[in-house]
Amino acid sequence: MNALFLAFAHLRWTWARSLILTLVGAMILAVPLVTQTLLRGSEDALTRRAEATPLVLGARGSQLDLVMGAVYFSEDRSQPITRAAEDAVWDSGLALPIPLNTAFQTNGARIVGTSLDYFDFRGLTLAKGRQLAILGEAVLGAGVAERLALGPGDTVVSAPENLFDLDGVYPLELQITGVLDATGTPDDEAVFTDVKTSWVIAGIGHGHDDVVTADAEGNITANAAITEFQRITPENIDSFHFHGDAADYPLSAVIVAPYDTRSGTILRGRYLDPENPVQITDPSKIIAGLVDRIFRIAALLDAVTVIIGIAALGAIGLSLFLAWSLRAPEMMTARRLGAGRFTILRLACAEIVILLGCAVVLAAAIVFAVNENGTALVAWLLAL
Amino acid sequence: MIHARDLTFAYPRASFSLNIPELEVAKGERVGIIGPSGTGKTTLLNLVAGLMQPASGSLTVAEHDLTALDDAARRRFRAAQIGFIFQNFALVDYLNAFENILYPYRVGLGLSLDRDARDRAQMLAETCGIGHRLKSHPNAMSGGEQQRVAICRALVTQPGLILADEATGNLDPETKEIILNLLFARAADHGATVLAVTHDHDLLPRFDRVIDFATLRQKEQTS
Repeated sequence: MNALFLAFAHLRWTWARSLILTLVGAMILAVPLVTQTLLRGSEDALTRRAEATPLVLGARGSQLDLVMGAVYFSEDRSQPITRAAEDAVWDSGLALPIPLNTAFQTNGARIVGTSLDYFDFRGLTLAKGRQLAILGEAVLGAGVAERLALGPGDTVVSAPENLFDLDGVYPLELQITGVLDATGTPDDEAVFTDVKTSWVIAGIGHGHDDVVTADAEGNITANAAITEFQRITPENIDSFHFHGDAADYPLSAVIVAPYDTRSGTILRGRYLDPENPVQITDPSKIIAGLVDRIFRIAALLDAVTVIIGIAALGAIGLSLFLAWSLRAPEMMTARRLGAGRFTILRLACAEIVILLGCAVVLAAAIVFAVNENGTALVAWLLAL
Repeated sequence: MIHARDLTFAYPRASFSLNIPELEVAKGERVGIIGPSGTGKTTLLNLVAGLMQPASGSLTVAEHDLTALDDAARRRFRAAQIGFIFQNFALVDYLNAFENILYPYRVGLGLSLDRDARDRAQMLAETCGIGHRLKSHPNAMSGGEQQRVAICRALVTQPGLILADEATGNLDPETKEIILNLLFARAADHGATVLAVTHDHDLLPRFDRVIDFATLRQKEQTS
């Protein structure tokens, strides 16, 4: 008890050193556990979502980029394909195609232009509000809604891709009609719109004032300075129209849900030709390879953590040794006052026990916090 | 209180050796020890405290034959019977004045901190004039205040013998006088014997007896 009292008094007196030692100790203990927790969580989330996505159709190139962009809405995006690829799947009658246009962002969240089939396919349900109905509407993932404190009735504005591109993408104000239930998947961090709305953001579709107007006296005037609408309202929605061939409209990818195993096999066979600019891929296989690589790197990371941990423990030991060297006069006084042979050892042990105890408590709190928010953290990590 | 006969001590690989044919100190006596540096004054205090073992001779302190005690028994004896006061105060910087006074109970073998000890510490601090400084740490106290804390610490276990090694060496003349008066008064309150090493010849008249290590000549004085 006396040893604990003196140890605590000394640690409190040298609070900055004690705090640093506790933090370093907690980090040494927590980092490997947190890494393991996040890795396992990421593996589970990646694998679960990949296995729930039968096939993905996209531009030939990196299959990993295609899967990461289409399944996890990550920054890694392959070249766009055209709507003709989606139509081809429709026409085959072998699968349900779900278009995805993930080219744009708003407030740091990915805008996902898709069809209503996507919500059924992923089992997404509304926590509040209503589903997309007309052009210019958006439904928010639970994470985005919470982060931006937005709900039905509010609006979000798409981020312009390039401020200096006069012919480029202009911001479009999206009317929020609903917020989805949290799922702990990248869907929580996405803003969903109809795929046509995403083409309006892309500038393929637009609405503007009438070019030709007639005044009260019937004089016809052609106005060269027309105003493009940056917000779709019931008053101006009829003026919105699309230019060009609909088959050429861009899509980032198409999720393909075959009606049966045989249909899936036939579809895969149709895209085997390496000359075909479109490829079809099985996300679960791509992600299995990725997870395998991640865990090989994680094993290396674990080894590095152990080495750093040993080095840090050595530094902590040296720090404690130097602190005890500085306390030699106190130890001499204690001896003169009749301290037992093991009193000094007890004091040293008590300090180590208190520091270790604090480090363990702090590490446990960190690990608990990560575990409690593991799903959200993993979803956030995957959306990076 | 102290009986030593043919007491010798020598440090390994050193030319110095201490040789005391006879030393008698009565209970309650105040004995000053003077002499040049390196003549064994502090060594005698360490022998009397049981911190060192004599090479030969007999040494009895407070009816304990120190030559016959093992290490643990000597530590217990020291905790219960000896109060130490040092020139550099030797206070513990991370404890406040009150906890410094109680420090022997935190580390001393065989001592247990109870309500009586706390009351005694409080009372000693009041009588030494530091009752209002008990929450202060040593780095916030003057040298005089620190030595008062050290005196309280030496007396709190009610030891039979106070060993003071240059206890006033770091103090100004006025404070020196006050501290010595305090030490003698409190020691007298507890009936404790004082064995004090000093270089300050002005203080010698205050002792009952002075042992000069230069000549090992004992001068009897009256207080």
